[in-house]
Amino acid sequence: MNFLKNIIENTRPLVEKDGKRNILYPLHNALETMLFVPDHTTHSGAHVRDHIDLKRTMVTVIFALVPALLFGMWNLGHHHFAAVGQESDVMGNFLFGAMKVLPMIIVTYAAGLGVEIYFAFKNGHPVNEGFLVSGILIPMIMPVDIPLWMVAISTIFAVLIGKEVFGGTGMNILNPALTARAFAFFAYPAFISGDKVWINTKVDGAEAAVDGFSGATALGDLATTVGQGINSGLPVLDKFADGGQFSMLNAFLGYIPGSIGETSSLLVIIGGLVLIAMGIGSWRIMGSMILGGLAMGLIFNLFAVNDFMGINPFHQIVLGGFMFGTVFMATDPVSAAQTNKGKIIYGFLAGFLSIMIRVFNPAYPEGVMMAILFMNVMAPLIDHYVVGANVKKRLKRIKVKA
Amino acid sequence: MKGKVAETTVDLQTPSVFAVKPTDFKDLTPKLALKAGAEVKAGEALFFDKDRPSIQFTSPVSGEVTEVRRGAKRKILEVVVLADKETKFKDFGKSAPASLSAEEIKTRVLESGCWPFIMQRPYGCVANPEASPKAVFISGFNSAPLAADISYVLKGNETDFNTGLEAVTKMAGTPVYLGLPSNGSVASVLKEAKAEKNTFKGPHPAGNVGVQIHHTSPLNKEETVWTVTPQDLVIIGRLFNEGHFDARRTIAVAGSEVSTPQYVNTIIGASLERLTSEYVKADNARIISGNVFTGEQIARDGFLGFYADTVCAIPEGNQTDFMGWVLPGFGKFSISKTFSAFLSPNKEYDLNTGMHGEERAFVVSGEYEKVFPFDIYPQFLLRAILTRNVEKMEELGIYEVVEEDFALPEVICTSKIPLQKIVNEGLSFLKKEMGH
Repeated sequence: MNFLKNIIENTRPLVEKDGKRNILYPLHNALETMLFVPDHTTHSGAHVRDHIDLKRTMVTVIFALVPALLFGMWNLGHHHFAAVGQESDVMGNFLFGAMKVLPMIIVTYAAGLGVEIYFAFKNGHPVNEGFLVSGILIPMIMPVDIPLWMVAISTIFAVLIGKEVFGGTGMNILNPALTARAFAFFAYPAFISGDKVWINTKVDGAEAAVDGFSGATALGDLATTVGQGINSGLPVLDKFADGGQFSMLNAFLGYIPGSIGETSSLLVIIGGLVLIAMGIGSWRIMGSMILGGLAMGLIFNLFAVNDFMGINPFHQIVLGGFMFGTVFMATDPVSAAQTNKGKIIYGFLAGFLSIMIRVFNPAYPEGVMMAILFMNVMAPLIDHYVVGANVKKRLKRIKVKA
Repeated sequence: MKGKVAETTVDLQTPSVFAVKPTDFKDLTPKLALKAGAEVKAGEALFFDKDRPSIQFTSPVSGEVTEVRRGAKRKILEVVVLADKETKFKDFGKSAPASLSAEEIKTRVLESGCWPFIMQRPYGCVANPEASPKAVFISGFNSAPLAADISYVLKGNETDFNTGLEAVTKMAGTPVYLGLPSNGSVASVLKEAKAEKNTFKGPHPAGNVGVQIHHTSPLNKEETVWTVTPQDLVIIGRLFNEGHFDARRTIAVAGSEVSTPQYVNTIIGASLERLTSEYVKADNARIISGNVFTGEQIARDGFLGFYADTVCAIPEGNQTDFMGWVLPGFGKFSISKTFSAFLSPNKEYDLNTGMHGEERAFVVSGEYEKVFPFDIYPQFLLRAILTRNVEKMEELGIYEVVEEDFALPEVICTSKIPLQKIVNEGLSFLKKEMGH
């Protein structure tokens, strides 16, 4: 500790205002404040302050993501070895996944923090910690075999266009992690949609899937039922029955293919409960978004014209990225609605739209991504009306008196 | 917080140096009434408000004006008075408020230097004597940590308090609301005071007068209310009972760096040099005139503020904290549940002045609302202030708040944004725009 502190202190003169390397100040500052919560004292206003800071808030989210991330790694291995017909144990599955995911995390951080640090240098502000979470989120919503350079470009795009052009952390309109995914989705559709990308089926670089293998996601399979009428009896529907590959239990626990971190609703919910218990994630958004999803699912049930619409709403929301989006994406405090009432409306509509997009437009099975991005854009409008109601109340008070 | 005051009072040997600080009064442009070297009696003007010359700021003691300390741009910071051994008072004449007209009371309060005790909202500055308020609000309790217990310090001052209340009631000619706590012991003088009483439940900021106004009769545009503290009513009461500007006040001396936290009888503007050297041992301590949320940092030989009823000494937080943002942080104070503090809600903390983080943009939402009991959207109001958008500020309720209402949100702010400073600048800006 003292050793680290000495290094920081000894290099400080170099990077201070008239130091030789003052251009490196943001980097020095970032490292310093990562190692030590700084010794700044209050100089205006209240003399005592809470111990919470943005770094702690962000790191709590990362902790909440860890269970789903670890499971995601295991799940990659699980599906890979099943697809190529090899035996494997828990450790083997996990290591396979880790070998896939860790490079993605490293690339994402390198690319994203690179951009952040560049802007920190350019504008002379401290490096913001907002990307700490985005850097984990981005790999978790990517398919397993997406090339690393695509991850890097998506990340750079997201940080640059999604965040820095608006002024950095706290100013962005769209969720940066979803921006990265949306970019990848539209720029490289072949690598992030369809039924070939979710499970790694290669052994030593050669295709090795066993006969009868299907790499489709649950939503991909469901999309094939559209236009077939209700109770079509298509063979894919067997997968969704109890005991099938995409049964409600399997989907809830996460033994299904999908983006790396999104599959296990159970672990995502545990992460969500941690966030709610810690007061970091908004229970209003999570709760209302689930309600919104269920509501749309129920409405579809009532007017079902195909089997996708007829699926149990609870089953509906544990499939795909719905729960992941609910817990970790929609709740981003900057891009979500900021008033408490607004959060409930925002969450409900996001859930509602997620299921609607997913079912009505099977080309975008990831309705949740589009829905949240759309609601990110709408959030200021929702707030505008919520705050407007408060303003009206105040004006009315004057009129009542007059 | 650690270092609560014990309910004992000691007399401090009267310090010999006093000062009245124009900086205690928001947006004041002071004009000196006399030059350094002049002799004053207690109650004689040291300086007055350039824009409203009827508002006088008078000396709390008699003696010689030794120095006018100035800061940048020759701004007057402190007018220092070297006190006589025996205080000579300027005589304003004894008379019961009942026998005087509202105008006569006002004149006397103005010329004696008691007027600045009467604050107004909007803007949270010394009240404008020409404007008539719609009501007067008095908070009968302090809810901030380490602050003086009003019921305790009123002991022995009951008559003066009642006279002061009577004077202000008559002068304002409006309803007077007194806010009392729903639990805890309340002095009978407050319980029996001639005012409309409301009780307020809950922790800080229930004792803030702004919260009480908001929940009794919220302030609209073009309206004014007066606020005054019970301690200051005592001083106003003495003006009528004794005929003097008698600025004695009992203050709480508290905080974890104070050896024996207790009440001290002193006088407004008193030098705190002796007090700090006697009670504050550590060098690395911050002395605050006022409470820890809204007080002003002063030097060890600084002066007691005009409105301060508390002096706090707490440790400076200028230590680094290795990996503090990720380690569990047992024993650290936070309202955030990311620390274990929520498991022991009644624990007393030895808080220091550390920021515990760097300043950031607004990121977390819904945080201020938890400690901001107003029907106002704090973050939106702050943004309106930052962009100096007058119309938005008005719409979002700027007239109902002053700096102290944002003290708690500032304490808990994840992004460490200086909220009170923002609100202060916003109010000053607005006041200029409105031509007040």
